[in-house]
Amino acid sequence: MAINQSTAPAVTGVRGPEREPVTLDVNGSTFPIELEPRVSLLDALREHLDLTGTKKGCDQGTCGACTVWVDGRRVLSCLTLAMSCEGHQVSTIEGIAQDGELHPMQQAFVDHDAFQCGYCTPGQIMSAIALLREGNATTDADIAEHMSGNICRCQAYPNIHAAIREVRDADDGG
Amino acid sequence: MSPVLGKPVNRVDGPDKVTGTGRYCGEIVLPGLAYGLIVGADVAKGRVVSIDESAARAAGGVYGILTHRNTPKVANAPHLIPSLAGQPAPGESFFPMQDDVVHYWGQPVALVVADSLESAAHAAALLDITYEESPAVATIEDGRKSAYEAETLFGGLMPARDERGDVTAALAAAEVTVDASYRYAANHHNPLETSVTTAQWDGDRLTLWDSTMGVRASQLTVASLLGIPLSDVRVITHFVGGGFGSKAMVWPHVTLAAMAARHVGRPVRLTLTRPQSFTSNGHREEQEQRITLGAGRDGRLTAIRHQKLSITSSFDDWAEPATGVSTQIYGCDNYLGSHSLIKGNTMTPTFTRAPGESLGSFSLETAMDRLAYELGMDPVELRIMNHPPVDNHGNPWSSDGMADCLRRGAELIGWADRDPTPGVRQEGDNLIGTGVAGAGYPVAFMMPVQHARARIFNDGSVVIQTSAQEFGIGVTTSMSQVGADGLGVDMDVLRFEAGDTDLPNTTSAVGSMGATMQSSAVHNAARTLRNELIAHAVADDKSPLHGLSPSSVRVADGRMTSTLDPSISESYADMLQRNRLLDLEALGSWTPPPFTTPHGLLTFGAQFAEVAVDKDLGLVRVRRMAGVFAPGRVLNPKLARSQLLGGMLWGLGQALLEGNQIDRQSGRWALNNLGEYLVPVHADIPDIQVEFVEVEDDVVGPLGVKGVGEVGQVGAAAAIANAVFHATGRRMSELPMTAEVVMNGGGAG
Amino acid sequence: MTMRPITFFRAGSIDDAVAAVSANPDSAFLAGGTTEIDLLRLGVIQPTLLVDVNELPLTYLEDTESGGVRIGAMARMSDVARAPRIVERYPGMSQALLLGASEQLRNMASMGGNMCQRTRCAYFRDGRSPCNKREPGSGCSALNGVNRGHAILGTSDQCIATHPSDVAVALVALDATVRTMGPDGIRTIPIEQFFLRPEDTPSVEHPLEHGELIVAIDVPDLPVARASRYVKHRDRASYEFALVSVFSAMRVDDKGNVAELRLALGGVGTVPWRAHRAEEALIGRPATPENFAAAADAELADADTRPMNAFKVTFAKRAIVRELSQVVTS
Repeated sequence: MAINQSTAPAVTGVRGPEREPVTLDVNGSTFPIELEPRVSLLDALREHLDLTGTKKGCDQGTCGACTVWVDGRRVLSCLTLAMSCEGHQVSTIEGIAQDGELHPMQQAFVDHDAFQCGYCTPGQIMSAIALLREGNATTDADIAEHMSGNICRCQAYPNIHAAIREVRDADDGG
Repeated sequence: MSPVLGKPVNRVDGPDKVTGTGRYCGEIVLPGLAYGLIVGADVAKGRVVSIDESAARAAGGVYGILTHRNTPKVANAPHLIPSLAGQPAPGESFFPMQDDVVHYWGQPVALVVADSLESAAHAAALLDITYEESPAVATIEDGRKSAYEAETLFGGLMPARDERGDVTAALAAAEVTVDASYRYAANHHNPLETSVTTAQWDGDRLTLWDSTMGVRASQLTVASLLGIPLSDVRVITHFVGGGFGSKAMVWPHVTLAAMAARHVGRPVRLTLTRPQSFTSNGHREEQEQRITLGAGRDGRLTAIRHQKLSITSSFDDWAEPATGVSTQIYGCDNYLGSHSLIKGNTMTPTFTRAPGESLGSFSLETAMDRLAYELGMDPVELRIMNHPPVDNHGNPWSSDGMADCLRRGAELIGWADRDPTPGVRQEGDNLIGTGVAGAGYPVAFMMPVQHARARIFNDGSVVIQTSAQEFGIGVTTSMSQVGADGLGVDMDVLRFEAGDTDLPNTTSAVGSMGATMQSSAVHNAARTLRNELIAHAVADDKSPLHGLSPSSVRVADGRMTSTLDPSISESYADMLQRNRLLDLEALGSWTPPPFTTPHGLLTFGAQFAEVAVDKDLGLVRVRRMAGVFAPGRVLNPKLARSQLLGGMLWGLGQALLEGNQIDRQSGRWALNNLGEYLVPVHADIPDIQVEFVEVEDDVVGPLGVKGVGEVGQVGAAAAIANAVFHATGRRMSELPMTAEVVMNGGGAG
Repeated sequence: MTMRPITFFRAGSIDDAVAAVSANPDSAFLAGGTTEIDLLRLGVIQPTLLVDVNELPLTYLEDTESGGVRIGAMARMSDVARAPRIVERYPGMSQALLLGASEQLRNMASMGGNMCQRTRCAYFRDGRSPCNKREPGSGCSALNGVNRGHAILGTSDQCIATHPSDVAVALVALDATVRTMGPDGIRTIPIEQFFLRPEDTPSVEHPLEHGELIVAIDVPDLPVARASRYVKHRDRASYEFALVSVFSAMRVDDKGNVAELRLALGGVGTVPWRAHRAEEALIGRPATPENFAAAADAELADADTRPMNAFKVTFAKRAIVRELSQVVTS
C-alpha cells in the first residue's frame, strides 16, 4: 500500500492499512473476519458476510437504505466503519424474522403493499421497528417526520405509514 | 373469469423483499468476483491527452484498467431506438472509450477493475488523466442561437412535428386566446438502486445479471455491440431496485462490464455510484415550452399550438415528445406540435417517468386552467366539454372514462363547494387552494410479438414463464394471477418465473405497456395449455369427461368439470398421471394490434390537489391529492393503486422539489446526490386518494388491460400548480415551484 | 470517489486520542463519522490515520456550577435533543437538533463532531473544482456557479459556502463555550470565536490546533432560553438543510419593550449567524412588527447576494419578522 507512515504516531494499537482480524457481532452471531480499516460496516455486511439485505442506495448518508441497528439504535451503516463496531451488537434485516416467522412489521409491510421495488424496504423496516421502540410515533406527523431519513423512490410512503400505524396500534391495544 | 383476477392479493415476492433475501443484480455471489468502477471525464468537451496509470496500478489490488487505448472496438455502431421496439436499444448513439474525444461531463474515460470496492475506488482516484478542454454548450442558454427544429425524434422513429388544420388562422380567429411560456428544470430518475451489471464469461458465452427494465433489450444491445450471437448472451434479473426510465435503455456500462470481465478473466460487478447515476443513464432534459390555446366564448378549443425547445446530446435528436398530449385528450381541429433542439455537451436524455406527458400536460393543463378563468368557466366542466367521444383522427376510443374520472375526482376533493376566486382563503400564514388537471397516457403498440410459456406437472403444479422483469411493478404477482385465471388453477400451485432471456420473449416493460403485453402473452399461454388439457381429457376414453365438447368443460382449482353435469369431473393431475404424461406445456403468443389500429388508445384520468402556500415565504405544501383513473381491467387493485400513488407523488416531486441544472462553468450537473437533488420524503406526503373508474376495453389485448405506470404522474404537477394559483393568484411557469419562484410571482416563463 | 487506505486507532482515553493525533499531521479524530466518512470517500479530506474517539467517556450531560449545562462532546444529537434538561431549559436547541438530518444520523452524530460539520457546497464536496476552502488559492467556483444554497452573510470574495449546522445556530445565540483538550491542556473558546468567517483563509474554519479535541460544550444558564424556539424553513418538509432557519429567545417587558433578545440565523451565513445587529436594534424598543422589520432590515443590510440566492434576503427578513411576531403572540 502506498501510504506514508513516516510520521506514524508512537502509540500502540494502530491497525491497518492492511487487512486485520476483526470480530463483528451481527444478529447475535460472532463473525471473525479480516478487514481493512477503510471498509464500511455496510460493505463488511454485504461483501464480506454476504448479508446483502442491507442495501446501498447512496453510500453518502442521504437515503437510509443502509439502516441497521448498532446496540439497538438505528444508524447508517454506509457512514460507519466496520472496525469501529467491534464490541458492539449489529442487527440487520436478516435477523428480524424469527424461526421463519415474519416480524409483525414485515408482515404489515406485505399486507399494506408498503414497497414496490423493495430496495429501500429493509432500511424502512429497520427504521420503522426502531421508531416504535423509540416511542415517537404517536401521530401521523410524528411517523412521517421520524421516517424521513428513509427515502422510497417508488413513493410507497402512504402504505408504509399505514403499516407502521397498524403495528403501533396492535402493540398498544394488545 | 376466476375470482383471482382483479383481487388485491399481496405481492408474491413480498416476503423476499421484507426479509432482505431477494437478490438484486449487485448481490450475486460468484467465485473470484472483481469490482469495476468507471472513471468519468472531468471536462464537458475536449480530448483526453494523457492517462498515467502508474500510481493506480501501484496502489494494489488492481486487476486491470480499460481506457480508450485498450478497450475493444464495438462491432456495430450503436443506434438509439426505444427499447419497446424490441431491437438493440442503446441509450445513446455513442459508445465511450473508442477514442480520446469527450462529448459530455462524466462520459466514461476509464474503467478500473480491482479485488475490492475500496481498491477499485482508490485506484480510480489515482488515475492521472489530463484533458484538452474546449468550450462546451451544456445548457439551453449556452446554445439558444443554434436551436433548430427537429424532423424526427427517437432515432427517426417518430416525427418531431405534428400538424392538423390551420393553427395560425384558427388562433387569429379565436374569440379567446391563452399564451403561456414555461421553463422546466432537468430531472434525474434516482432509483434507490443505482444501475449495476455483473458480467461472467464462460468461454464464449456471457451471462449478465443486469438491473434492467428489459432483459431482452440488454441481450440485444450487448450482443450487437460485442458482435456475438444472441444465443451466447444470457441476461438475468430477478429483482431490480426501481427504474423509472433510467433502466429502460441500455447504457454503456452494461457492455463495459462484459468487456472488463473478458479483460481480467474474472466475473466483474460494475456498479454506478450515486453521483455517477447522474451522468450515466440519461435524464429528463432541461426544456422550455410555449403553448397557445384558441377557444370560442363557449369554451370549445379551436386551436392548440404547443412548442418545445430542449437540449440534447451531440449524437442524437432526442426530446421527450412533450406536445403529443395536447392533441390527445381534448378535441381540437387545428393543432401544431413541434420540437426544437440544441445539440450540446450532455449525454442523450432519456425516458423519465411519464416522458413528455408529465411536462407536456403541465403546459396544457395549466393553460386550460387559465382559459377557464379567462372564460369564467368551471375548470372541470371546461375539460369535460372539450373531451370528445372520438380522437382527433375521428377514431373511437378503445375505452374512455375521462369525464367520469373528472367527476369522481371532483367529489373526492369537494369541488362543488369551491369558490373559484383566487387568493382569498387563508389559514394562519398559509393561503389555501385547490386545482384540477386532466390526464392521459397513450397505449403504444410498437412492440414485437410477445411470448409466454405455461407448463403443468403431473402433480398439478404449474410454472408460467416469460422474460419479464420485476422492478416494483408487481409483474410476478399480477402474472401469477393472470396465469392462474387462464389455466383455472389456484395461485398457490403456480409459480411465475421471469427475469431471464432464456425464457420466452417479452419486450422491455416501458411506456406503461408491461401489464398489457405481458398479461396478453401469459393469458394466451395459460389458455392454450388449458385447451390442450381439456382436449386430452375429452379425447381420453378413460376420462369421465370423454366425449364432451371442449366448450362444455370448465376448469377451476385445477379440476375440469362438465358444465352440463357438475358431478362429472377430473383433475388435471389425474388425467396427466393416467396418460403417463409427466408434464404438458404450451407456448402462448400475442401479436399487438398494428400501430395504426383505428382506435384512440389512451389511459385516462383526472388529478386534483389541495395546497397550502406560505404567503410570505412561498413554500408550497400539498395537503391533499385525489386521482381517479380508467386503466381498463385492473389485474390487482392493490398493486395498481400503489403504482398510481407512486406516479402522483412523483408529480408532487416534479412540481415542488426536483430540478437539476448544469453548472455553466464546468458543464457538470450541479446536483449529484440525494442530499441536494431533492425527492419527496415521508414528511412531504399528503393525504392521498386513488380510485378507479371501470371501463371495458376489447381492443388493447385479450384481457383489456391498459397501463398504470405513468398516467398517475400525468397532470399531477399541473393540478398542484393550478391549486397554487387558486391559493395565491399567481400563475406558475417554472418547475420546480421553489420558494423563490412562488415568492417572485411564478417564474420567468 | 475514492477510499484511501487508512489506519485506525481506537483511543482508550482522551490523552491517548490527543497524543495520537498530535503526533501525526495526517491524522484526524473520528467521532460519529457522518460528515467525515462521507468526505473521506469523496476524497475531500485525506487523513491516513483515524483516531476513533467514540468510546471516550464524553457522552455526559451535567449541570455546571454556574447553573448551565455541560454537554460531553460525544453525546449524540438525538440524546441531547431529548434530554429533559435541554428540553426544559433550551427548547430551541432541542428543536434545532431534532430538525437536523434524520434520526439515524442524529443517533450517530456527536455534539463535538457537529461543531466541525463541513459545508454542503457542491464545489467543496466534488473534490476537484477550484475551491479555496479545500485547496487554498485555487479560487471559488461558487461565486459564479450554482449557488442557490450559498451564504449571503459573512461571505468573502474567497468563499460563500454556507455553514450547514442547525444546533450551532442555537449555540451561538446562547453564547455557548467550546471546551477543548490539546497537547497543552484544556482551553475554552467562546462559540462565536470558534466559527471563523472565511475572509482570506476559508480553509481555516476553527481556531483549533492539530490534535486539539473538543471535549465538551458549555451552555450558560439563561432564563430567557426557556422560551427559545427554532424554526427551519426548507424546500422539502424534512431531511434537508435549511434555506433559512431562525433561533430566537426573546423577553418582552410589561411595557411591551424587548428586554432581552437572542437571535441567530441558519442557512444564510458562512458561519452560524448571530444576529447582533437585529438584537441591538430591538433591545429596549417596543416589540412591534415595524420594529421587527427594521431590525431584520438592519441584519440583512450588508447581505452579499447573487442572482440565485438573492431571494434569501427577503426570505430571511420575513422569517425573522414572523418568528418574533409569533413569540410575542404566543
